[in-house]
Amino acid sequence: MKRFIYEVTEAFRIAFSQIRANKLRSALTALGVIIGIVAVTLMGTAILGIDAGVERSLAGFGDDVVYVTKWPWRRIDDWWTFRNRRDIDVNNIHAINDWIATHPEGSLKVAVPNVAWNATVIRGEYRIGNMVIFGTSADLARIVRSDMKEGRFFTEIESRSARNVVVIGFDVADALFPSESALGQTIRIRSQQYTVVGVAARQGSFLGMFSWDSVVIMPIDAFARSFPIRWANPEIRVQVDVARMEEAKDELRGLMRRVRGLSPEKKEDFELNTQQVIREQIDPIKSKIALGGLFITGLALFVGAIGIMNITYVSVKERTKEIGTRKALGARRRTILLQFLIEAVSICVLGGLGGLATAWALSGVAGALMPAFPLVFSLGLVLLGLGVSVCTGIFSGFAPAWQASKLDPVVALRYE
Amino acid sequence: MIPPSATAHAGPRVTRPPGALVIEIEDVTKLYKMGAETIHALRGVTLKIHRNEYLAIMGPSGSGKSTLMNMLGCLDTPTAGRYEFNRKNVATMLDDELADIRNREIGFVFQTFNLLPRSDALHNVELPLIYAGLGKAGRIEKAQRALVNVGLGERMGHKPNELSGGQRQRVAIARALVNDPSIILADEPTGNLDSKTGEEIMALFEQLYAQGNTIIVVTHEEDIARHARRIVRLRDGLIESDRAVE
Repeated sequence: MKRFIYEVTEAFRIAFSQIRANKLRSALTALGVIIGIVAVTLMGTAILGIDAGVERSLAGFGDDVVYVTKWPWRRIDDWWTFRNRRDIDVNNIHAINDWIATHPEGSLKVAVPNVAWNATVIRGEYRIGNMVIFGTSADLARIVRSDMKEGRFFTEIESRSARNVVVIGFDVADALFPSESALGQTIRIRSQQYTVVGVAARQGSFLGMFSWDSVVIMPIDAFARSFPIRWANPEIRVQVDVARMEEAKDELRGLMRRVRGLSPEKKEDFELNTQQVIREQIDPIKSKIALGGLFITGLALFVGAIGIMNITYVSVKERTKEIGTRKALGARRRTILLQFLIEAVSICVLGGLGGLATAWALSGVAGALMPAFPLVFSLGLVLLGLGVSVCTGIFSGFAPAWQASKLDPVVALRYE
Repeated sequence: MIPPSATAHAGPRVTRPPGALVIEIEDVTKLYKMGAETIHALRGVTLKIHRNEYLAIMGPSGSGKSTLMNMLGCLDTPTAGRYEFNRKNVATMLDDELADIRNREIGFVFQTFNLLPRSDALHNVELPLIYAGLGKAGRIEKAQRALVNVGLGERMGHKPNELSGGQRQRVAIARALVNDPSIILADEPTGNLDSKTGEEIMALFEQLYAQGNTIIVVTHEEDIARHARRIVRLRDGLIESDRAVE
């Protein structure tokens, strides 16, 4: 065992003195590995970044919200069947909330209406276009996960009396009130004036997914003054006990059928969605990136491995006489095998470290250029990169090292 | 210690009585296949070498001299015949067993020195001890002692390209000695040196012999062979003569 450790130490010593002596050659050889590791880490960074971005976007609402909608969130082929469905009547929330009041142990917790319209928000000479205006009830405050930066959500009374009060997202506040607090100030949407009672904390946006940062939320009856509810994509959001999700969906389905007056033989004309659907839609994108990345990575590493194999063969050839000498001095086959294997692995690991450094720098640059895209450079990726480098080294170094270990000492000593 | 500059003939020529049997070769043959042709490098060689001997093996090229040396050095195994090294049968040993025998029992000195170019003298001498599994401190100590013994105490940190030919061969001799082998096997040790340096190296062998080492020198030069106490001459794969030097 001791002998083995000394042999490994000696092998590392030789490997590094070889690499030092052949700097350019080693660097060129490691280039393939560097490219491969850059590819593998950037791919991992992208996948982790998409995950983080999606999760951040979904964090605005919890996983405990069921969305009752006319259109399903999944991809559909038979557009017409859905087109002809009746719209969701947001007044149905009262029936749901009444049921909840009488079933405190039930799996449903609270229902809120939701309507949305895109509009320009104006304050003096400041204006910000294409903001999402939401109409809802005060109960929304119980569902959202987002914190308030300042102020408060509108109250039950403000909601019931359809007061022109709004809660605005971070970007809206930033655009309209760049140097002062928005609280208590007035903004204009279409012909109506609204008082800002709250500003939501910054959430960040990702790939055009929903973000609280660019919304204006107001009582649904105030919303109705400016926009037609029927065309405002009405839906109902119901918070449920997430541990009893299936039970809650069944309960809600029954309730919705009843309030929409569907007889038992009729098919449902509404859809129950959860955020799980969004995750499921992201998954194929992630696996496509992974597949593409794997292909590029595999190709680069394969080319890199061939380069390393080639240079190790050259190294074995150049040092045939040295191998003979070492064998004469008592090196066993495994000693020689280890020596060349460690040399190949060392070049690969150095290449891998170079690749990781490059990828780290690149993701830093990409992060600076696209601040919205959350790049995640994790320890797991570093370990993956190094693991891949070591495997490449072993894979490419083994054949030449094996050949070296099998050399006949008599032949090797005579080699010039 | 005899100063490195002393020549072999300057000191008294001692002959030590032979000790225990180290090498016993009986009726060894070696065949090589070169394409369709079979070459009989050794055709039945019988030889005994004892501890404390100083032996020269001579012969023209093609006589089987190199083959015999490879065999004695456990670099190669015979096609047929018996070979015992310290009463152990070497003829049937596997690669790694032979490597261990070479490491512990045989010190090689090559015509071309065969030092590691990027390692200093000390590390070159240390190498066999690494393969022997000796700890760092013990390795350094033994390697330093071996280098002092060949007169290179001042040159331990020098790389081979910073040393003269004679000094390089001394490093190689220190490397051969460092693991206290049963025999030192030198293949044309002066072949790449001028005659004066060659004489110095032969003086060093004389000194090592006097210190109790067993030495086998393979050479085609009569002058070199005459330093030994016994000369074995080969011709056409057979021992032609085997006699003591007066």
